[in-house]
Amino acid sequence: MYQVVDKQTIGPNLTQYEIMAPRIARARKCGQFVIVRPFAHSERIPLTVADTNPGKGTITLIVQTVGKTTLEMSQIEKGGAFQDVAGPLGMPSHIEKFGTVVVIGGGLGTAVIYPQAIALKEVGNKIVTIIGARTKDLLIMQDLLAKLSDQLIMTTDDGSSGKKGLVTHALQELIDDPNSRVDAVYCAGPVIMMKAVAQVTKPHNIPTIVSLNPVMVDGTGMCGGCRVTVGGKTKFACVDGPEFDGHQVDYDELMDRLTTYKPQEKNSLDQFKSHTCKCGRH
Amino acid sequence: MTETKDDLNRKLTPKERLAIERQQMPQRDGAERARDFNEVNLGLAEKIAIREAKRCLQCKNAKCIEGCPVNIDIPAFITKISEGDFLGAAAVIRKDNNLPAVTGRVCPQEVQCECRCLRCKSDSPVAIGWLERFVADYEMKHRTGKLEVTAAKTGKKVACIGSGPAGITCAGELAKMGHDVTIFEAFHKAGGVLVYGIPEFRLPKAIVQREIDNLQELGVKIETNVIVGRTLTIPQLFEEEGFDAVFIANGAGLPTFMNVPGENFKGVYSANEYLTRVNLMGAYQFPKFDTPVIKGNRVCVVGGGNTAMDAVRTSKRLGAAESTIVYRRALEQMPARVEEVHHAQEEGIRFEMLTAPVEVLGNGDGWVKGLRCIRMELGEPDESGRRRPVPVKGSEFNIECDLVIVAIGINANPLLTQATPGLKVNKWGYIEADENLMTSLPGVFAGGDIVRGAATVILAMGDGKTAARNIDKYLAGK
Ligand SMILES: Cc1cc2nc3c(=O)[nH]c(=O)nc-3n(C[C@H](O)[C@H](O)[C@H](O)COP(=O)(O)OP(=O)(O)OC[C@H]3O[C@@H](n4cnc5c(N)ncnc54)[C@H](O)[C@@H]3O)c2cc1C
Ligand code: FES
Repeated sequence: MYQVVDKQTIGPNLTQYEIMAPRIARARKCGQFVIVRPFAHSERIPLTVADTNPGKGTITLIVQTVGKTTLEMSQIEKGGAFQDVAGPLGMPSHIEKFGTVVVIGGGLGTAVIYPQAIALKEVGNKIVTIIGARTKDLLIMQDLLAKLSDQLIMTTDDGSSGKKGLVTHALQELIDDPNSRVDAVYCAGPVIMMKAVAQVTKPHNIPTIVSLNPVMVDGTGMCGGCRVTVGGKTKFACVDGPEFDGHQVDYDELMDRLTTYKPQEKNSLDQFKSHTCKCGRH
Repeated sequence: MTETKDDLNRKLTPKERLAIERQQMPQRDGAERARDFNEVNLGLAEKIAIREAKRCLQCKNAKCIEGCPVNIDIPAFITKISEGDFLGAAAVIRKDNNLPAVTGRVCPQEVQCECRCLRCKSDSPVAIGWLERFVADYEMKHRTGKLEVTAAKTGKKVACIGSGPAGITCAGELAKMGHDVTIFEAFHKAGGVLVYGIPEFRLPKAIVQREIDNLQELGVKIETNVIVGRTLTIPQLFEEEGFDAVFIANGAGLPTFMNVPGENFKGVYSANEYLTRVNLMGAYQFPKFDTPVIKGNRVCVVGGGNTAMDAVRTSKRLGAAESTIVYRRALEQMPARVEEVHHAQEEGIRFEMLTAPVEVLGNGDGWVKGLRCIRMELGEPDESGRRRPVPVKGSEFNIECDLVIVAIGINANPLLTQATPGLKVNKWGYIEADENLMTSLPGVFAGGDIVRGAATVILAMGDGKTAARNIDKYLAGK
């Protein structure tokens, strides 16, 4: 069992867990993830390691409640424990000094790019961060990112905070602005957003790295469930990724594969909700 | 035929032995069992086992022993059965085989011990596998007392990487020699292919769990969720965790795909993924267990090995109306255990032989709707000695299906080997080991599928045993 040392709500449906996992804390490099099975009956779900404290032996995970597993997981309180946490998995981020790097996070993707932003900053890059969400309440980690970034741009679809519009609009403005530079782009978020970002940077040949989130089981290259097409070749995101060259990814295939279990996921969530309500636990 | 106790105990003449026919394994009806995950074979009754044991001609120069990869003294254990001394029989097997309840169920006896039985010439071989299973199950029910380590503690620490048959066997042997053994397993549950691959209806998970419990009784520590190469590295095991030797038994574990168009449509699985979802994650009990699996109404499984048989029979149990094996060679050439092929036939599995997929067809919405195949014919023998299948021009045709499971073999998973500097691998990525199973790194041994390529449970176990002996020697010399 892996103890929940701390737990905080950091936004609507957004929880930050600090988990005791000394070996993972020591081995993990930026960009890697873990596979978590909160209960013995749960699925194995991949979660990016947002931060570590190797001295204390803990790792930090930021989890958005999207389905049954994450909803049930959110009922585990500080002092409780996760059944299984395995990792760190995946290739570490490619970190180098580009000059000015635009780091883009959409929705929960913000938690994924946060550690990258730290690492990119450490090697001397200027960091411009763009975070976007549908509406103000869904923007996360503004304070942390404001502290870290040389410039922080926020966008919301409805204009309730920051610029009204999409992250790609903000990115396009930066590229078009003769006074700014964009030497590389790191991006994580909904597939549709990563696809749009790659389309913006492609004509300018700006190196663009995206972090993909396919369905996974083992996370060690043993099942092929996480396969994605990159540059016309099949890759296993759990071992070859999760980061890939954004200009090479077949986003449409990924989006499609992500819908594989939609009906089952809905069924599972509905059953769980009705069950917990009947028990009076909710 | 009814026998009195006297009949059973009397020593038979060879002629009388020859007159006894091979006994039948009681099994559940094909249609009934194809709807659930309970075991197919029910096991021999004591009397039947004794009668079967009496068929053994007790050859002086018993060829069956040579056929057994771990050289179990087969005539000796069969004699014990014929005398009604079942625990004695178990003791004979245990000298060479730690997992008889497993191997009695999954060994390909027809190409190992049984095909060498003298009786193959006259009628049919002694049912060595069924007898092994009988003895193991009997022992499981009747063994009293705890497993104990009698050897003095050596104070040496050994790490076994992987908890499949190779890792389990090696760990058990080393613990009995007095070493301090820890198994590191990547998954959340120990057992390797025995738990994530081979389904319940062929190998009940309770049997595997009992073997794992036995190990723990012997003092072996099992740490799950440790992916060696990621969570810990082999150099760290030596330098930071204080291990004196390491045994790598992480299996092969990299699925092969067909490399045909359409393979990434929804509804195409590797057998590894499909079986892991169902067996390890309990997807057949969804939504009680959260992991889903696509069940499929018309299912095609590509391949002809045990994995393919397990997948296709699983799909039937998950409710498919039609489940088909698509294999590019002929039925007799399938590498699967003969018994599994028979069982599959009884369960109504269709066999499209001499057929190779050329494309997975989509329904326009990202889902599989069929498999485009081409007919094959047998040409000249290839390097394996089997006649090579060659495509018949213009013979393409479609099989309608909504689920495709690819079971055409596995390769070496590079995760651990790539993270281990100085560890020599061959051109396919399998670890190179000498006759003592020592690798290019001192104190690091390897065995099972990661050395042999996809092989068998018994060979993996045999490696575990050989490695344990050599690790013990290595530690003594340190
Ligand atoms: C579906 C299926 C059916 C089969 N049926 C039969 C049969 O009927 N008869 C037969 O004889 N053989 C059969 N086989 C083959 C047989 O199962 C294998 O040959 C045998 O299990 C190999 O044993 P092993 O110990 O080398 O590896 P495995 O059983 O593969 O075990 C390896 C273990 O190591 C773990 N691991 C992997 N990487 C790491 C890492 N980096 N760190 C820590 N742990 C790691 C894995 O999770 C796994 O638990 C079958 C195989 C499959 C897939
Ligand atoms: S999750 Fe199984 S291979 Fe990537």
